[in-house]
Amino acid sequence: MELLSGNEAIAQGAWEAGVRIGAAYPGTPSTETLEALAAKPGVYAEWCTNEKVAVEVALGASAAGARVLACMKHVGVNVAADPLFTAAYTGVGGGMVVLAADDPGMHSSQDEQDSRYYAQAAHIPCLEPADSTEALRFARDAYALSEEFDVPFMLRSTVRISHTRTPVEPGSRVEAEARPYEKDPSKWVMMPAYARPRRLAQLERIERLRQWADECPYNVVEEGSAEVGVVCSGAAYQYVKEALPDASVLKLGAVWPLPEGLLRRFAGMVDALYVADEASSYLSDAVRACGIAVAEPPCGPLPAAGELTPGALRKAFGRPLPEAAPAAPDVPARPPALCAGCPHRVVFKELSRLRAIVTGDIGCYTLGALPPLAAMDTCVDMGASVSMAHGFELALGEGEGRPVVAVIGDSTFAHSGLSSLISTVYNQGTGTVCVLDNRTTAMTGRQGNPFNGVTLQQRPSRELDLEGILGALGIEDVRTVDPNDMTAVRAALKEATAARDRLSVLVFRSPCILLERKRETPFWVTASCTGCGVCATLGCPAISLDAATGCSRIDPEACVGCGQCAPYCRFGAIEHQGA
Amino acid sequence: MNENGNVTTVLLCGVGGQGTILAADLLAQVALASGCDVKVSEIHGMAQRGGAVTTVVRFGDAVRSMVCDEGCADYVVAFELIEALRNLPFKAAGGTLIASDEVIEPMAVAAGKAALPPGLRQTLEAAGAFLVPADALAREAGNAKASNVALLGALSAFLGFPMEAWQQAIEGRVPPRTVEVNLKALEAGRSVIAAAEGR
Repeated sequence: MELLSGNEAIAQGAWEAGVRIGAAYPGTPSTETLEALAAKPGVYAEWCTNEKVAVEVALGASAAGARVLACMKHVGVNVAADPLFTAAYTGVGGGMVVLAADDPGMHSSQDEQDSRYYAQAAHIPCLEPADSTEALRFARDAYALSEEFDVPFMLRSTVRISHTRTPVEPGSRVEAEARPYEKDPSKWVMMPAYARPRRLAQLERIERLRQWADECPYNVVEEGSAEVGVVCSGAAYQYVKEALPDASVLKLGAVWPLPEGLLRRFAGMVDALYVADEASSYLSDAVRACGIAVAEPPCGPLPAAGELTPGALRKAFGRPLPEAAPAAPDVPARPPALCAGCPHRVVFKELSRLRAIVTGDIGCYTLGALPPLAAMDTCVDMGASVSMAHGFELALGEGEGRPVVAVIGDSTFAHSGLSSLISTVYNQGTGTVCVLDNRTTAMTGRQGNPFNGVTLQQRPSRELDLEGILGALGIEDVRTVDPNDMTAVRAALKEATAARDRLSVLVFRSPCILLERKRETPFWVTASCTGCGVCATLGCPAISLDAATGCSRIDPEACVGCGQCAPYCRFGAIEHQGA
Repeated sequence: MNENGNVTTVLLCGVGGQGTILAADLLAQVALASGCDVKVSEIHGMAQRGGAVTTVVRFGDAVRSMVCDEGCADYVVAFELIEALRNLPFKAAGGTLIASDEVIEPMAVAAGKAALPPGLRQTLEAAGAFLVPADALAREAGNAKASNVALLGALSAFLGFPMEAWQQAIEGRVPPRTVEVNLKALEAGRSVIAAAEGR
């Protein structure tokens, strides 16, 4: 037995099924799946610029006959929804599986969606594992099913499945039979004349899928007391078994379509049927839609938002809760922060000084929103910084008000910021766009992207020329700035935002501190410190104010010697050790 | 042991980057090698950037939930004192709290916008905490980065697993040149508890 995370198990299952091609854009909690697949023999795997591209690459490879895996986080499914809905018309060549990893509780996401709604809406059958053993099995089995039903299968996981290690017995790989591509416009060219018959074929397929779901071995009744019957899936199943060990349980492995006949039989077995949903009402709504009454737990509903827990189930069902110490008062919060030595911290500090309206984006740089930097006004989705800045400019108009500045990372810019910027250019938009190029996709664990030219399997590639692209768009005001240089950052931002009648792009280029983990000798605070506290407003984890003396302190263990803080001290009290 | 039969729940908490994930992994390998069912639940992504992180390891005959509710952790292993206090409600009645005797100031405290909880150590000691000088032990062993393993050594003193299982897990999981340092740190952490228990 090996301990594998749900993500690693999905990769193992796909590999065992003979998957040849994998495509994804990194996103927590899905990222390690493609990384694990990429490390296996006989597989080609690549990071794509975004999830739509990944699904299209996978669909093309599937059409050509290969078994394929596309992976994304829940919000990535939004991006990929366009090809996904029509892939449920075309169907597949080689088996195709799409991993949608949801993040109830929003541990590392901007919203908590339930990807099963996409499965339902797109008519894509959806399997949901409850541990790594099932993750492996469902991923492996989904390929033959995808080919049998001629449709991509969705694997839906949540953070607690993707990021929980459980014992797994890995198997060996079975090469998939070749399914040679043959030209068939009626299947692959989805123009109206061909799409209409495919729509009818889809409806016919749904009927076959419903019958399959009813007999599917992944849907299991575990008979317990007849008093309480709970329908559940995924992590929620584990919580139900923990909190209500005596209950009868219908554990769903196939979550769309639902096994209507089995649900009815289960409803007939129990006095009251409950549904354990997590952060959505997908399952209870779907069960009700089958004409089955869903009871409310005796002591109140389950939480509508955030993660489900055994404790929440115990409370809702009136089971005793364990005794617990009360939460201690006044425990200071510990939000995440930009790393000590993050080369892009100064940009946020200067934007804060500039009192700019800053439209932000997804990734590490979202952390610039938190105090003390507090240098961000919006953060919505990948690429939105650039397009929302254009919207701000349109609504505010040219004037003497606060400048509008978009801030976006290099990987996010490649994902969808570039198409936003083209739109701004096309519409003669104004404002300033800052591309913070840290040479990696940092937040998800430092993956490659088109601007650093690093590929998932270390195949040769090329670094895209960012300034060249900006020049080719016809943006005249493009400047490359070292973000570690306070004076240069301040001057560049001042000049770019002063020209209110045109679009400017500042490329701040310096590699993520975690890439090479370079450490210089630390800086220290001399006796000249007056305790003014300006250095602490940089939000560097290495800098603190001594409660007793009121003076600043630099933690020599945390300081990486970047020296960004030194120019902010007008008393010259921050010095390099050994200087 | 809590009401979940013979399942043991360990909640490891700390600050992103402190090595909670490696410590949890070592514990899980030891439990697996000893024939237990195991679940290890981690949080990746944003919180790892210096935020508060928790990892839950549960092991026993048949483990269901991978998360730990308040009042359910047989062992809370805190890599830092403020995190120990934050996670105190997760400790089961009769459970054990082991904490690294170290404070990492959250940003708001470092910037003078919030205060450290008054009487931090006293509160934890009143809750029966074993305070382990994990950082000092790791330095003595030869590398400050092994403080997570020193803390794990303290935990190991409470669990029934044989020392060889810990050794094997460490040998299989850390870079070869740091095996010796980590084994020393493990032993040192273990001795702290043995000394405290013998008191």
